[in-house]
Amino acid sequence: MNTIALVGNPNSGKTTLFNALTGSNQHIGNWPGVTVEKKEGKFKYKDKQYNVVDLPGTYSLGAYSEDEVVARDYILKGNPDVVINVVDATNIERNLYLTTQLIEMGTKVVIALNMMDEAKQKNFEIDLDKLSKELGVPVVPTVASKSRGLDSLIEKAIEYAAESENPKIEFSFGDDIDKEIEGIQAILDNSSLEYPSKWIAIKLLEGDQEIFRLIENKGPASIKERLVFLEEKATEYELEIVDKRYEFIGKIVNKAIKKPLEIEETRTDKIDKIITHKYLGLPIFALIMFGIFQLTFVIGGDLLGGYVATFIEIIGEQVVGLLTMIKAPEWLLSFLSEGIFGGVGAVFEFIPLITVLYFFIGILEDTGYMARAAYVMDGLMRTLGLHGKTFISMIVGFGCNVPGIMSTRTLDNKKDRMIALLINPFMSCGARLPIYLVFIAAFFPKHGGIVLFSLYALGIVVALLIGKIFSKTLFKGESSDFIMELPPYRLPIFKYVVRDMWDKVWDFLHRAGTIIFIVVSLLWILSVLPFGVEPYSQESILGRIGTILAPIFVPAGFGTWQATVSLFAGIAAKEAVVAILGMVYAGVSEGSQLVTALQGVFTPLTALSFMVMTLLYTPCAAVLATVKQETKSNKWMIFMAVYPFVIGWIGAVLVYQVGRLLGF
Amino acid sequence: MDAKSLVSLKCNECGRIKEISGGCKAKKRLLELGLYNNASVKVVKNDFGPLILDLSGNKLALGRGLASHVKVEN
Repeated sequence: MNTIALVGNPNSGKTTLFNALTGSNQHIGNWPGVTVEKKEGKFKYKDKQYNVVDLPGTYSLGAYSEDEVVARDYILKGNPDVVINVVDATNIERNLYLTTQLIEMGTKVVIALNMMDEAKQKNFEIDLDKLSKELGVPVVPTVASKSRGLDSLIEKAIEYAAESENPKIEFSFGDDIDKEIEGIQAILDNSSLEYPSKWIAIKLLEGDQEIFRLIENKGPASIKERLVFLEEKATEYELEIVDKRYEFIGKIVNKAIKKPLEIEETRTDKIDKIITHKYLGLPIFALIMFGIFQLTFVIGGDLLGGYVATFIEIIGEQVVGLLTMIKAPEWLLSFLSEGIFGGVGAVFEFIPLITVLYFFIGILEDTGYMARAAYVMDGLMRTLGLHGKTFISMIVGFGCNVPGIMSTRTLDNKKDRMIALLINPFMSCGARLPIYLVFIAAFFPKHGGIVLFSLYALGIVVALLIGKIFSKTLFKGESSDFIMELPPYRLPIFKYVVRDMWDKVWDFLHRAGTIIFIVVSLLWILSVLPFGVEPYSQESILGRIGTILAPIFVPAGFGTWQATVSLFAGIAAKEAVVAILGMVYAGVSEGSQLVTALQGVFTPLTALSFMVMTLLYTPCAAVLATVKQETKSNKWMIFMAVYPFVIGWIGAVLVYQVGRLLGF
Repeated sequence: MDAKSLVSLKCNECGRIKEISGGCKAKKRLLELGLYNNASVKVVKNDFGPLILDLSGNKLALGRGLASHVKVEN
């Protein structure tokens, strides 16, 4: 046995458990655009290696949202040896609802009864043996945040997985439904569908659209005939099935758990009185966001940024010096100093900033504030025809638009989801930050925080406006109602916030080392060809391409071939914009810094319009690929590539023309 | 006792879920989120925007439109 899957409700501490299990010795396959849907890690126990798969947090395993489908498909098709179901001990009834569905699937389930410390604090008395006996599955108490109970959990899971048969509780949905299930099961038993037949039967009676589709395509004829009949039955039985599950849970909870009658006001209640306050909620939210950008700028930029820049400069000089000594060819020196150190190096200088930003977003996520942000924003969002949860995907987009777009999966209404997905790239991601920082350093050194905040705010405003337009044109109809859990506030665990942050920074480095390296190398080649031209001159192939396209940007004030080339390179990856500017301008003004070079060719006004363009225009290739994957449509991918470009262009032209009229 | 709508409950008032009318998809979701029959519920906030409910210690924000479909008994 070697694969363990983790399932559980959102906020049940599932990811904390994953982190605690895999510790520092993990490999997380969480590259944006590849698999954000499930995280994989490894751990060793008694000299044997095990894989752990962290599935998305869900309340149920229906087909309500994509997350639920991902989770259930993995459990049924990924063949994990055992499923660990993380159950929040302070909220057992609702958490066990998911458990009943795992039991229905016939998988081997071990319950990690998590947050036992909080349950104790609330004076819950839980009889673990009784709970385990009634549910028919092992129950192990844990406190994942303090790494308590993990060894016994692993031990139990391994032991349980090795057992040849798993004693299960068969619970009844009542005579009518049970009979119906048996009937369907009898027809399905000989068919070769990839799911257990009893489970399919239950899902059909629940009216699960995914399963109906599966049967329509692959089911035996004898069941296809009955689909219309079953659909009718489902409307009758769907809610009864849910009720029966809760009935089953209710009986168990009555036997195994004693709760105090009076619940005291918790710390969370007190904090929420202020944070979600009618009038204070929004200003507090704005203040928090503003604070984060200021701190990011001060800590990541002013305090740490300079060191990395100096470090890269010194290394660059050393390497080039060494190569000159051994008489390396001229082209290699040029490639290294301008292409690699000038280009890729320029990207690396911004790692401290991005690190700090990721750190703060991680804290927002882990404390539980994110859900409150969605709550306080719901009113405002609703007047725009958008759903409050859209705002969470927008904040996640500040880090990177790929997970931002992935997080729109929690929006269950197609209209809400498409709008949230399409406006996400206007949220300025970490990779665009370096662009602003270069220009801020060159033109607005004293007002960095304000300029940065205004750009991010502009991104939000544009996103909301476009969202409003979409909700009136492309996606008409009612926005679905707001339903969201507000998890208790928890102190973030520093270790895990840092680890998560490091994963994201590592991803950034990974891209800098691959895509950006390739783009930079390619453009370097174009910049020195045809042979004999002055490198980085307008006569090079790069210069000629840029010159042809540059007139597009004349109305925006930066119609130079250099700016044009850098913008188009940015569609491969946003980091490339700075890298290319570094290359082409370091070539123009020999040896001097990019910042000084920019001061020579841009004005504060054109710098501003250029920043607005980079904020709004076509998102990077990874985002476009994600849009294709999430919408399963080329059409939307192309739309996503084109419409932001138009909006970015309009924005940049407006800034430049209005600025000129005002006399800047 | 008559069942009344969740939105008519004031802050800190308690009740038991009796019935949910309205669209089936949302109805099932509400059940799955813990608003099942006879579950006890306390209204934590009900002034502006979505309601905040306390379902045995678990906080749930619920849009006003949906909340008006949820009938409770004191």
